[in-house]
Amino acid sequence: MLADKDRIFTNLYGFQPWNLDAARQRGDWEETAALMAPGPDALIDVVKASGLRGRGGAGFPTGMKWSFMPKAPNPERPSYLVINADESEPGSCKDREIIRHDPHKLIEGALIAGFAMRAVAAFIYIRGEYIREAETLFAAVREAYAAGLIGKNACGSGYDFDVVVHRGAGAYICGEETAMLESLEGKKGQPRLKPPFPAGVGLYGNPTTVNNVESIAVVPTILRRGAPWFAAIGRPKNEGTKLFQISGHVNTPCVVEEAMSVPFRELIDTHCGGIRGGWDNLLAVIPGGSSVPLVPAEQIIDCPMDFDALKDLKSGLGTAAIIVMDKSTDIVRAIARLSYFYKHESCGQCTPCREGTGWMWRVMERLVTGDAEPHEIDLLLEVTTEVEGHTICALGDAAAWPIQGLIRHFRPEVEARIARRKGFVQVPQMLEAAE
Amino acid sequence: MPKLTVDGIEVEVPAGATILQACEAAGAEIPRFCYHERLSIAGNCRMCLVEMEKSPKPVASCAMPAADGQVISTTTPKVKKAREGVMEFLLINHPLDCPICDQGGECDLQDQSLAYGKGHTRYQENKRAVTEKYMGPLIKTVMTRCIHCTRCVRFAEEIAGVEDIGAIGRGENMQITSYLEAAVASELSGNVIDLCPVGALTSKPYAFSARSWELKRTSGIDVMDAVGTNITFHARGTQVMRVNPRINDDVNEEWASDVTRFAVDGLMKRRLDAPYVRRDGRLVKASWAEAFAAVRDGIKGDRVAGIVGDLCAVEDMVAFRDLLSGFGPLRIEARQDGAAIPATTRADYLFNSTLTGIETADVVLLIDCDPRHEAPLVNTRLRKAMRTRTPSKVFALGTPVDLTYPVEWLAGGELPQALFDAFAAAERPALIVGMGADFAQARKLAETLNLTRGEWNGWNVLHTAAARVGALDLGLTTDGGVAGILADAAKLDAVFLLGADEIDTIALADTFTVYIGTHGDHGVRHADVILPAAAYAEKPGTWVNLEGRVQRGNRAVFPPGEAREDWTIFRALSDVLGRTLPYNDFGALQARIAAEWPHLEVEGLTPGVAGTATASSDTAPLRIRDLGGARFYQSNPIARASDTMAECVRDIVNAAQPLLEAAE
Repeated sequence: MLADKDRIFTNLYGFQPWNLDAARQRGDWEETAALMAPGPDALIDVVKASGLRGRGGAGFPTGMKWSFMPKAPNPERPSYLVINADESEPGSCKDREIIRHDPHKLIEGALIAGFAMRAVAAFIYIRGEYIREAETLFAAVREAYAAGLIGKNACGSGYDFDVVVHRGAGAYICGEETAMLESLEGKKGQPRLKPPFPAGVGLYGNPTTVNNVESIAVVPTILRRGAPWFAAIGRPKNEGTKLFQISGHVNTPCVVEEAMSVPFRELIDTHCGGIRGGWDNLLAVIPGGSSVPLVPAEQIIDCPMDFDALKDLKSGLGTAAIIVMDKSTDIVRAIARLSYFYKHESCGQCTPCREGTGWMWRVMERLVTGDAEPHEIDLLLEVTTEVEGHTICALGDAAAWPIQGLIRHFRPEVEARIARRKGFVQVPQMLEAAE
Repeated sequence: MPKLTVDGIEVEVPAGATILQACEAAGAEIPRFCYHERLSIAGNCRMCLVEMEKSPKPVASCAMPAADGQVISTTTPKVKKAREGVMEFLLINHPLDCPICDQGGECDLQDQSLAYGKGHTRYQENKRAVTEKYMGPLIKTVMTRCIHCTRCVRFAEEIAGVEDIGAIGRGENMQITSYLEAAVASELSGNVIDLCPVGALTSKPYAFSARSWELKRTSGIDVMDAVGTNITFHARGTQVMRVNPRINDDVNEEWASDVTRFAVDGLMKRRLDAPYVRRDGRLVKASWAEAFAAVRDGIKGDRVAGIVGDLCAVEDMVAFRDLLSGFGPLRIEARQDGAAIPATTRADYLFNSTLTGIETADVVLLIDCDPRHEAPLVNTRLRKAMRTRTPSKVFALGTPVDLTYPVEWLAGGELPQALFDAFAAAERPALIVGMGADFAQARKLAETLNLTRGEWNGWNVLHTAAARVGALDLGLTTDGGVAGILADAAKLDAVFLLGADEIDTIALADTFTVYIGTHGDHGVRHADVILPAAAYAEKPGTWVNLEGRVQRGNRAVFPPGEAREDWTIFRALSDVLGRTLPYNDFGALQARIAAEWPHLEVEGLTPGVAGTATASSDTAPLRIRDLGGARFYQSNPIARASDTMAECVRDIVNAAQPLLEAAE
């Protein structure tokens, strides 16, 4: 269990106010100029040494991402930092808590990260449905400007840095980094082709790095406490602390900061009061937000919750949005609902995703009731492979993986439904009480 | 110059090329829907996926830059499966209405599903249906067939410069539509029909009228403007069913204006299909012999003048010129609009920068012209210059219009110093002078601005008539111009009008007038004899476009009824008049032209050839018939006879005018 002294988000539950004075008491904005003094390259080296991997889902090393930005930006093509607060993945709610209760960690992180990558401004793209959170963020940015913490000569460091908050309009796809850039530019949110990558041609055609809220918000603390402190938490290559968001059939769902690689059982028992109905009642877990494949109970229980261990289970840590499902869950129905979500949120740009997500959802809906032919399970699986990896962005993959996970682990259940529907299997009649 | 391997073949491609281009260089065919050479890369259809070594996923070859050392495979099972998968996705919601689809036979989806598809469907659900969208009188939509390649959206935005077409909705509810379902207000809108790889956007006038495999294709040259768009006539029997552009990168790339494409139904309407002779004030049908006799008897003396129309081929004009040379001093005028085009050397009246050259201009000054409507394909070149070359700048004198790119409109009077500075600093400055301009002043301005840079000549005349440059090459100009002829009408023994329909013929009411042409338009109103001739699709001929490019068209269909090719009419009439022309077939006529005007013998651009034009520039400008916004759609007799063009005027031009409400 993570010691309280090692927590980064000390106001995660809003027991204290979010405002600047309270944030300062928690240690934010303290000697920020001194943190920046070693210079951009030194900052990037510290972040690299800390082993911080991107918290938005893909787990790309953050320091390395920053080092792709131009070292000597052309004044006519200034660099930008875009912070992805379009947290729309079903199950994810960590960025919401950060912005609600600790927005100054994010703004300070934006300044330091922006300085490290020689950006002139940060754009925070916040999810449209986060109305109160956006209000908080707007107010926090105003406070920071008024206190001289950002803007001209930010924190007295001699560096000019602006922070712009932009509200999205409620499209999941705008959380994809290049679709976010399109949306920020005022266009329809559709992912761009890569290459060119945003670090070369990004927002308004200028070099841009897109980072998750959590990746940015942890940076000031890493700098204050040193890379070795952060790197000592968790397993090698999966270092640091992480906000886990546990929802579903646990006794007390919560968002909690824990060490990376914490075993699933420990995480649930410590923070969530155990599984509803006890550990024997656990059916399956979606460990990283709706887009990763589910993992059945027996595989997940003693698994360390980190990028590599979950990858070995053919799933992923994603945003660490853990969806717990007990045996009362209609697992086929649950995945069919996710398929509907991806069908609804596909941008419609590339063929496999536009046509495939609808097809997959429709077949899933029939599998829920068993109104299908047995061979359609394989057909569905093949359709998922025709979508997966054939699209511009990862939404096609995200739509395919939950279905693949379902069929991988719960094929007998799906087949049984079809058989029952067809009457191949005698379903035990419910015994009715004699009148 | 990256070197890469495609299916074991090593190819070297220019820097900036894509993998798709490299594959084509290596001879590997890559199927595609969204990719188009002249549009930006969208990469959304996913049909062009290929396998690249070291890449876990297949890559979209249209969007991936070619790089040194890449190893590409286009024939592996993985690629085959990817193509089959994409093909299947495209087809699951595509209706099976090929038998009633106008795209049938020339449909990319049909062809590619045959070559790369599975051959059967596994889709058991209901297909999607999408409501049709109104896009104006030219584009018919069947949006259920749409595969969302967005070629039409990109064309409208990038080439046509209008943002009228776009996509609304997302996912499988994404729909292509025009903004608020208004008619697409572009003079190039018809090109989306060619671009559409399926039958979602088809030609409305051509709907259900023919199948592509029953049409005879003939290459021709367009006469609706002076660009000389290269076209293909698609004919069935005696009727040209449709006109499509042919690819010619030097002239029209692969575009055609809406008039070029859709005015062709005018070839079947209001045609002169028999000779007519005026008897007792009424025009009555006659035989050729009667008509010729009437001409012979009608000409009482040697004072004869001729006016040449806008659509004539060089051969017509030469035979016409030869016929009239038999009478008194030669007096033939081709500048129907009275434009005082200087014509001392050939370079004076050409578009010297050439169509491909104007793309590279860095400063342009437009004088009294509207290239968007007078020569849409010149405007696309200017737009391309503005989009791709920075910095580039367009100044303009005249009435402001929307040219689809930023233009600095200058007030008359003193020109700003910024203009002179920009021209002095320019590497490729260009002046484009319209027909309504004061050419003497423009000439003076050109000298001040100094438009030559080595080989570069920035003096450009924006002609609007297809026949004009050819006519100027032949020297068909007179002192005083058309206005002079009309003023002298009472003193003339006869006036011959060769397809001249843009002049006010009331002055010829009392003069013996012979009209040779195709349509019952303005020119026949006061004619005493009408000799029916062939339109541009009905005769082989040579046209010289505004840059001086010599191009030849072929006969797609025969002229209707008794109508004959123009030169044969003059040859036959010359017999009746007793001054027989010295050629008996088309070859002999062409040889006669080549002997006097050698540059007209070879097709293509021969710049710097001195013409024989001798016109002075003192013709009085005529009142150009004001057709309002309809000028673009109805600039000549063929277009005026076209129902489609009339619909365009009604639904596009007039729809844009605010309605006047009666006062209460």
